Amino acid sequence: MITLQWVYSLVGLMFASFAILGALDRSNRKRFGNAAFWGLMALSLLAGSWLGDLANGFLVLALAGLAGFGLMGRGTPVTTSEGERLTWSHQLGNRLFLSALVIPATALAGTLAFRYTALGGLGWIEPNRETFVFLCLGSLLALLVLYAWLRPPPTASLQEGRRLIDAIGWAVVLPQMLAALGVVFAAAGVGDVIGGAAGAVIPGGSIFLSVLVFGIGMALFTMIMGNAFAAFPVMAAAIGVPLLIQTYHGDPAVVGAIGMLAGFCGTLMTPMAANFNMVPAALLELKDRNGVIKAQIGTAVPLLAVNIGLIYFLAF
Amino acid sequence: MFPQYFVLAGILIVVAGFALRLNPMLVVTVAALATGAIAGKGAIELISLLGKAFNDNRAIAIVWIVLPVIGLLERHGLKERAAATIRRMTAATAGRLLVLYLLFRQVTAALGLNSIAGHPQTVRPLVAPMALAAAEQQHGGIEDESAEEVKAYAAATDNVGNFFGEDIFIAIGSIVLIQSTLATYGYDLAPLDLAIWAIPTAFAAFLIHSLRLLRLDRRLRRRRK
Repeated sequence: MITLQWVYSLVGLMFASFAILGALDRSNRKRFGNAAFWGLMALSLLAGSWLGDLANGFLVLALAGLAGFGLMGRGTPVTTSEGERLTWSHQLGNRLFLSALVIPATALAGTLAFRYTALGGLGWIEPNRETFVFLCLGSLLALLVLYAWLRPPPTASLQEGRRLIDAIGWAVVLPQMLAALGVVFAAAGVGDVIGGAAGAVIPGGSIFLSVLVFGIGMALFTMIMGNAFAAFPVMAAAIGVPLLIQTYHGDPAVVGAIGMLAGFCGTLMTPMAANFNMVPAALLELKDRNGVIKAQIGTAVPLLAVNIGLIYFLAF
Repeated sequence: MFPQYFVLAGILIVVAGFALRLNPMLVVTVAALATGAIAGKGAIELISLLGKAFNDNRAIAIVWIVLPVIGLLERHGLKERAAATIRRMTAATAGRLLVLYLLFRQVTAALGLNSIAGHPQTVRPLVAPMALAAAEQQHGGIEDESAEEVKAYAAATDNVGNFFGEDIFIAIGSIVLIQSTLATYGYDLAPLDLAIWAIPTAFAAFLIHSLRLLRLDRRLRRRRK
């Protein structure tokens, strides 16, 4: 049976290649920082199941240290020039989009086939993990197509992948760290405390008011932190899980998915989300630094209301 | 007085740390360690808990498997192709042009191509100037106030399209984060179960923002009279 570990191993090998290629990139003054960071990610994915909890814990502390103390730089892998890209873009046309579609098409078709046909009963793939397996297969298939079609140098895909991963930097691991924070919150009883307090405050055990507090809380927390990813584990521990899911038996998929989108409405309204709201105002030379936010509030507020309504009507 | 509330210190650390613009990786680590310590866990137990939590959430790292493909496509002009597609959009008004861009952004983000457009890549060089040109052509020159508004709406449209398109893609970070967080509490969901619930909001976002773009057109017209 293809298990999640197969997938981790493949992704781990990719990170290991980023680490090796990064260590060889002399243009990056902090190349060993990058190599260590991606190397630790590779180690986690390849061997995390066997390292034991304590060693994994030190691995996390090392990742946080490398990221937090500015020990990572940015490599400059060999890539094509702007002129070459324009020429390619003219020659290849919309077939470029088409080959990008190989990934979602494979992931979706594979997931659906295993969920709704007899294939799912054969026990080839770990249940509920089919999407990840087919995401990897789709990526490999897309690479196969691209290599056969465009014949780039053998290491091109890994070098281009490293170009992108270096540009994102430690933010690659932030969602995983935030999810881990959610686990620690849950273990420490944060959810029980807030759930108990909120349950006592919200009058008469009203489902609607609980949904309202959850939706607005997601948006507000996101506005304060500038990041819906950070708000989600907190609000899930506080209200989403203890109140909406456990007490009122709301559908966890709806509460989770639309709760996150309520957070995105908050992202539209905060200067803390600098990349989305402040940087564009500067890029476009707006006189009002908050011009983009002002243009978004009129969409974000009604959309937040829609999300709250959707949770209320779809989850219960 | 209420010692059970002390575990909420972790939330305060996250909020304060993010507000002070400290490195988020450090903030999150400190918040996790502090919360565990207040809950009465020893150092070894604490580091082990963090290690297990991180290890159990490795599925979130899987989404990066697409990077070599996206990088290879970029090497062969994917972003330039996206720019060419945007350049070919023709609409009589600034608002309608931005509606087209909103659709393009939502659809491509839903297919996992959220990196082909963005503020530096497409809004600043293409979408904002094109929207301004459409407004100027229609109204025969526009005043500063209107130009500011058109530019701000161009950036806003990119954000709305990106945010409310990407969550339909089954392998985006936020979907896997939701999955992992809920799994902590014993709810085992597949990414597809979550992604489909992003679809109603995607339609609502398109409708609400499109209506506002068409109202922008009306505002521009009124100002000229």
